[in-house]
Amino acid sequence: MEQQAVLTYDGTLEGFLCCVFTAYEEKLKVVDVKPPGAQPGQQLFSESKEVITEPEKAKRVWRSMKKKASPAGLRDLKWAFLSEISGMEMHMFSMIRYILAENVPVDRDFSHPAVLKVAQAAKKVGREKHRMEAFVRFRLTKEQVYFAAIEPDFNVLPLIKSHFKNRYADQKWIIYDLKRNFGIAWDLSEINYITLDLDPAIGISGSPEAFFHTSEIAFQQLWDQYFTSTNIKSRANSKLHVQHLPKRYWKYLTEKNLQK
Amino acid sequence: MDYERIKEKLSILADAAKYDVSCSSSGSKRKNTTNGLGDSSGMGICHSYTEDGRCVSLLKILLTNHCIFDCAYCVTRKSNEVKRAAFKVQEVVDLTIHFYRRNYIEGLFLSSGIFKDADYTMERLIQVAKKLRLEENFNGYIHLKSIPGGSDELMREAGLYADRLSVNIEIPTKSGLKLLAPDKKHEDFMKPMEKVKNEIIQYKQESRLIKSTPKYAPAGQSTQMIIGASGESDRDIMYSANFFYKKYNMKRVYYSGYVPVAEDPRLPALNSQVPLLRENRLYQTDWLLRFYGFDIRELLNEQHLNLDLEVDPKLSWALRNRHLFPVNINRVEKQLLLRIPGIGLKSVNKILQARKFRKLNWEHLKNIGIAMNRAKHFITCDSREFEVKEPSSEYLKNVILKTSSGKFRKEIGTQLSLF
Repeated sequence: MEQQAVLTYDGTLEGFLCCVFTAYEEKLKVVDVKPPGAQPGQQLFSESKEVITEPEKAKRVWRSMKKKASPAGLRDLKWAFLSEISGMEMHMFSMIRYILAENVPVDRDFSHPAVLKVAQAAKKVGREKHRMEAFVRFRLTKEQVYFAAIEPDFNVLPLIKSHFKNRYADQKWIIYDLKRNFGIAWDLSEINYITLDLDPAIGISGSPEAFFHTSEIAFQQLWDQYFTSTNIKSRANSKLHVQHLPKRYWKYLTEKNLQK
Repeated sequence: MDYERIKEKLSILADAAKYDVSCSSSGSKRKNTTNGLGDSSGMGICHSYTEDGRCVSLLKILLTNHCIFDCAYCVTRKSNEVKRAAFKVQEVVDLTIHFYRRNYIEGLFLSSGIFKDADYTMERLIQVAKKLRLEENFNGYIHLKSIPGGSDELMREAGLYADRLSVNIEIPTKSGLKLLAPDKKHEDFMKPMEKVKNEIIQYKQESRLIKSTPKYAPAGQSTQMIIGASGESDRDIMYSANFFYKKYNMKRVYYSGYVPVAEDPRLPALNSQVPLLRENRLYQTDWLLRFYGFDIRELLNEQHLNLDLEVDPKLSWALRNRHLFPVNINRVEKQLLLRIPGIGLKSVNKILQARKFRKLNWEHLKNIGIAMNRAKHFITCDSREFEVKEPSSEYLKNVILKTSSGKFRKEIGTQLSLF
C-alpha cells in the first residue's frame, strides 16, 4: 500500500509551497497539510512529516505554477492562504496538483471542486480586504500619528498596505491587527511591520484624552452629525443597512460608537 | 475652527444635499503621484451606510441652501420656510481634508442652491475644488454640480479640478419641468452637459498625443431624475435616460424615488410612500441597457409603458419571448446567455470559463451560484432532467413567484391591492 503522509509546515506560504515540493519529490500521497498548532488528526495509517522551509524550493514551485496558471488563479491561491481557514491547505494542494498535471491552464475551471473552494475563499478574503479599506477609522494621536486598530476575520494587513500607502502618503499612520498582534506603520518614507505593547484603554473607537489629540473628538462629533443628517428617514431600511454594514464591523465605526 | 457653528451648518447643509443620490467614487484615474493626500485611481469605496441603506462614500453637502429658484419638488426652494446657512470656502476645504485623513470619505460631493446667479454660484464651487487640488495637494475624488445655465468657461474650469460633473435634469419630461420648475429652462440643463461632453472628447483626443494634457473630469458626467413626482411613465423615464446615455455619453443616470417635501397640488401628497420598488425596477432596467446588451425598445414600448413590478425586467422580457427558450447552457452564445433570467454578469463569465473544460450540469450551475428557481425554466444543460413542460407564461410567472422570496414582496401585496 502507498504510504499516506500528513505534512506539517511553519505556517508561511513559503512553508506550504515546500510541502508541495516535498510531496512531488518524495512521491507522497498527501492526505493533509497542517500549520503549527493544528489539531493532530486521527489518521491511523499515515505518517507525519515535518517540512523545513527552504525559500529556493518554494520559488521553484511558484515558478512552475506561473507557467501553467493565470495571474488571477495565482492571486486566488495567495489570498485563500491568508484566509487561515482550517483545511484550506488541502484544497490549495489539490488545486496545484490539478494545475500542474494538465497541459492547458485550468485555474479558472470552477467546475473542479478544489478550484471553486479556493476561489470562494479568495473571494471572502477579498471582501474582508475591501471592508477593512472602507471601515478602518484613523484617530489622530497626541504624537500626530493617525492610528487605527482592527480585528479582521482574515489576515488582510499584507493586502491592504499598498492601498493605504498610496492614499495617505503625507501623514504618519499605523494600522494594528489586535487579533494577530502585529501592525503596519508608515513613517512618510516606508512601511514597516511592527509589534506594539498596546494599552487596552486605547480601544478601537472613542477618543480617550490620554492618547488622542484634543481636536480628535470634535471631528468625530462632526462626522457623527453628518452621518445623522444625511439619512432620509422616510426611506428607512434597516435590513439593507445591516446587510451592507454587518454588525460585527460596527465596533470600528465612529458613527456607531460615539457617546452622545 | 468654531466646531459648534460648523456642526450646525453641517446639519442643515448635509440634510439639504441628501436627495442627490449619486455617491459613486469610482472611475477616476487620479493617482497620488505627488506624495500628497489621497488617491482616486481605484474602485469606489463605501465607508459607511446610512440607516436607509444608502452608501456613504463622499462628503455630500451644499455650499449654501439659499436659492433664488422655486422648484416645487425641491426642499431648498425659495418659498419653503427652512433654516438657511452657507459654508465659507475654507470651511468646506477643512472638513473634507480632516474627514479624508481619518478614512471617513473618498472625497467631496459639492452642490449648491443658486444664489445671485448661475455663474456666481459655479465660481464658488470651483474655488473649493481649486483650493483642494492646488493648496492641499488633494488627489481624492471631487464631484461638482454643474449649475444649470453656467457659462462654458466655468464648465471648462470646473472639469480641470473635478473628477465628475453632473447636472440633475430632475424631471424626465419637458412638460413636467415647465409645470414644476417654471424658472428653469430645458436648454439651461443641456448646455453644460453639451460643453462637458465636448471637453471630455477633446481631452481624450489630446491626451492620446500629449500625455501631460491636464485631466478633464476623468470620471465623466452623470445626471439624476426624480421618479413619481410628475406622473410620467417608466417608458418616458427610460427613454430619457437612454437619450442621455447615447447623446451625452453619461457615465450614470440616477433614479430617485420622490420623497415628499412639500404640500403642493402639483405633487404627490406629503404622506405618500416613496416608490422604492419602482426605483429598483428602473435601476434593473438601466443595468440591462448598459451591461446586458438590451435595447430599451425591447423592454419598454407602446405595448409596455410601465415595468412589471412583480418580477424583474429581464424575467418579464423572457416571459414575453418564450420562443427563444429553452437554450442549451453549454452551447448558447454569450449574447443570449446574458438574457437568461436568474443569470447575472458574474455567473455568465463563470459559465463561459467553466464550459471550456466540461459540459455543465445542474450541480455545476448551482455551485456557480445562478438563481435556479428562475433560470431552470429557460435552460437545458448536461442532464436528462429539465423542465420539458411548456406552461403558459402567466402560469410560469406564478410558479416562479411562489418559489422565490423578494425583498419587496410585502409591498407588492399592498401595492396590488390598491387596484
